[in-house]
Amino acid sequence: MKFLKFFLIVIILFPLSSINAEENDKRNKITKNLRCLICQGQSVYDSDSEFANSLKIVVDKKLQEGLSEDQIYEYFKTKYGEWILYDPGLNKNTYILWLLPILIFLIGGAIIYKSFIVKK
Amino acid sequence: MKNKILPFSVIIIFGIIFFIFYKGLEDSKIYTPDVNTKKEIPVFNTKEFFSGENVKSSRIFEVDKVYLLNIWSSWCVPCRQEHPLLMNLNFENKLNIIGMNYKDNLKNAENFLKELGNPYKEIFIDLDGTIAIEWGAYGVPESFLIYNNEIIKKYIGPLNQELVDEINLLIK
Repeated sequence: MKFLKFFLIVIILFPLSSINAEENDKRNKITKNLRCLICQGQSVYDSDSEFANSLKIVVDKKLQEGLSEDQIYEYFKTKYGEWILYDPGLNKNTYILWLLPILIFLIGGAIIYKSFIVKK
Repeated sequence: MKNKILPFSVIIIFGIIFFIFYKGLEDSKIYTPDVNTKKEIPVFNTKEFFSGENVKSSRIFEVDKVYLLNIWSSWCVPCRQEHPLLMNLNFENKLNIIGMNYKDNLKNAENFLKELGNPYKEIFIDLDGTIAIEWGAYGVPESFLIYNNEIIKKYIGPLNQELVDEINLLIK
């Protein structure tokens, strides 16, 4: 009987805790990608300022409302601008950032190709 | 001739890259948020400061009126400095000043108002700071000039006489 009770408790608790863990992971992932705007250089996840703590609560609320990660980023972008994201999307202000590595890679590749492979 | 094009273009491209990064060095690394964009004010539910009754944001902010929303707190030292300016604004211009009490102990906040006066037409509370986030606020003190349910301008940090003069110009 005791074993049965224990078994029941485990079954009831286990899925709940895994759901919680999943939500926590998601929340941590999102807050790590949000910049704490008053303590610059820190993410919201790392910071313990009033601003960051409120932001964590808002992220929790939005997750409970069923918003996806991208929707939450979009929400903060409309409130605080692109700057709040550590991982900015491709737009007219960030295209150099995104395209420069590809450009350098291509130019480097072309140099190597010209000077080593073609010479042979 | 062909051999010369490649090194030449490499030098030019790296020159451009160098120029961009060098220019970037001169930019201020301190983020200054955009304070002039017009934005609709958020919709939210909150509690009234004195009565503790639930209020909707649509009841506080009416269309066709100018408001100054001021985020304040009794534990915030700069709020104490800007408070006399708010008292003046209220007294001289009959500007509708709405207070948002940010993450505060209500007893302390009441004492703060008793000591320094109450310039606010209405005060609502933001216990966990989430309403301030809805407004796109950074902390305390912060003020928003609102007309027709739109944020005209936001003032981050304490107000000073210069900014008060600017507000006076804007609301005329």
